[in-house]
Amino acid sequence: MQQLLNGIFIGSIYALFAIGFTLVFGILDRLNLAHPAVFAASAFVGIELVERGGLSLWAALPLVFVVGGVLGLLIERLAFRPLKGRADAHFAGLISSIALAGMLIALLQWRYGPDTRRFPPGSFPDTRFEVFGAQVTLVQVVILAVSLALMVGLTYMVTRTRLGRGMRAVAENPTAARVLGVDVDRVTAVTFAISSALGAVAGVLFAINVNTAQLGMGAAIELKGLAVIIVGGMGSLPGALIGGLLLGLAEVFAVQYIGSSWIDVIAFGLLFVILLLRPQGLLGARKVREV
Amino acid sequence: MRTKLCTVAAAGAAALLLASCGSGDSGGGGSDASGGLTGEGSGESCTIEGAVPIGAVLSLTGAAASYGESQQRGLELAAAELAETDGVTYDLTIEDDQTDPRQAITLFDEFVNDGASLIIGPTLSNAAVQADPIAQDAGVPVLGISNTAAGVTEIGDYVFRDSLTEQAVIPQTIAKATEEFGLQDVVVMYSNDDAFTESGYEAFAAALEDEGVEVSETITFSKSDTDFRALLTQAQESDPDAIVVSALIEAAVPLVTQARELGIDVPIIGGNGFNNPRLMADAGEAAEGVVVGAAWNSSSDNPENQAFLEAYEAEYDAQPDQFAAQAYTGLKLVDQAVRAGCSAERDAIQQALGEIEDVPTVLGEFSIDENRDADHPAVVQVVENGAFAVLE
Repeated sequence: MQQLLNGIFIGSIYALFAIGFTLVFGILDRLNLAHPAVFAASAFVGIELVERGGLSLWAALPLVFVVGGVLGLLIERLAFRPLKGRADAHFAGLISSIALAGMLIALLQWRYGPDTRRFPPGSFPDTRFEVFGAQVTLVQVVILAVSLALMVGLTYMVTRTRLGRGMRAVAENPTAARVLGVDVDRVTAVTFAISSALGAVAGVLFAINVNTAQLGMGAAIELKGLAVIIVGGMGSLPGALIGGLLLGLAEVFAVQYIGSSWIDVIAFGLLFVILLLRPQGLLGARKVREV
Repeated sequence: MRTKLCTVAAAGAAALLLASCGSGDSGGGGSDASGGLTGEGSGESCTIEGAVPIGAVLSLTGAAASYGESQQRGLELAAAELAETDGVTYDLTIEDDQTDPRQAITLFDEFVNDGASLIIGPTLSNAAVQADPIAQDAGVPVLGISNTAAGVTEIGDYVFRDSLTEQAVIPQTIAKATEEFGLQDVVVMYSNDDAFTESGYEAFAAALEDEGVEVSETITFSKSDTDFRALLTQAQESDPDAIVVSALIEAAVPLVTQARELGIDVPIIGGNGFNNPRLMADAGEAAEGVVVGAAWNSSSDNPENQAFLEAYEAEYDAQPDQFAAQAYTGLKLVDQAVRAGCSAERDAIQQALGEIEDVPTVLGEFSIDENRDADHPAVVQVVENGAFAVLE
């Protein structure tokens, strides 16, 4: 039971990270590799706000959300927009976002040094529950709830709102979208901002959950986030949630039944199997491009 | 040849020869410009005319800066005390390697060429592995004051250290913990993608076998892991008497925190990585009951230690840590070695360092063993009320 819950909570972290990631990757079709750097930066900024600013975590979280959003705008403005006219815009953007991520991490190292940092003890109530004999912390419940809420909220936004329709139109064909009166630059910028703001919240919650924030924390989860997106189905927000939970559970049961050295082999092996059986991902729609 | 004769003469206290070479000796090998490096008398009565040049390479900036700063304080305190004793004066030069092995190499080169009698440092083992060979090739003795990795002293016969290795501390830790907690079966966890923690694990495994403690499960993780809940739940299921962990401090803090969260309240026995005040600062209450071996017992009541604590606090208005204690001891040992042969020639120091035996120091009765490693009792600590206390 404890392992099942462990898996769900690890999985919800992967999902939280992947949901922000997939918003840009899956919907705008841009791979923003600065996302993991935002994830790490926000954790450090959050710690700074709580530690130096004396804010409570609840006050710091919205601020971090805003900081993440601003970073998202910067990323879009610096790494993606200048290149959008190029024929190889997708790859060029991917590379320039890696460069931006490198700069962001270097800035963090300059500001905070290479040491592991963490939220001061007691900045989050360490309330614990016992569910069917298993230990659950309040942070874990919050993370799961936030992931679910974001998944539902964003799905609604993408499918039902004007902004969401704009996003999908831009993804399908930017030129046509512009002709139809969609402000392509604005929609793109807003999507990046939301995506990064979500990555920022994920970073803070992750740092609280494991009581650790490292410069490399984003890089460590990046690959898993990508795997989750692919398995869940490109651009599918519920898919990202389910993919995340699945990966978390696979890891935990690899530990339980096979051995801790085999986590990655088992977890990623399972993902390969899923992709072989269902190439479009669990909830992905098969894309048909008409000529 | 003349130098050698003098050394022999001084040690043997042959009055006739002493008169002929007590002064005016320019120091063998042309290694010194400020005066003779050999003197007359021995031990406390040893008098060397010139100041003995000692180089120290510490990490004063960069990742290991917090260690380097402690070491600098320990060295400077020892140097100040040595300056007040008659006979031998030291010219201590401390340089910063910026936690970069390449910088350490450059500084070693400089010290070798500037005629240092001995080099202290560098702070980190990985820098030592790269820089020490330079001193070895040039025949300059090196005294490591914080290197704990296996193999450092294997670089050559000029490389010494006063820092106990993990391989020396761990068996004592396990023996003490077994006695205190009556351990019968334990779960061992270690990060298997790091050379230091892996060698720590091997030492733990061997020590546990020697003590007849059964290992019910061995769990591995990566040094970059931060979520250990699944592994800890797995460990919990075999209901161990203790959890033995070889990990760096980065992993140690979340591991300990999460273990307590899951309701694991058995002792957690850690390797060298746990021997860090950050454990208590960052893990808070969860650190209570963590057992870790260390080289220096801060609460030891031997007179050298009491004097050190008092002097350090008076000078810096702070409590010393193990790095300061080992640095302080290091320079005192160098003084011991210089006075033993009453010579600050490189070869004389190298020989005398190797012969150090049962010297009372801050770290306890101290000897250099046949592998040029430190040999002195370790202390087994347990975290109590947010501080390390001696386990007893």
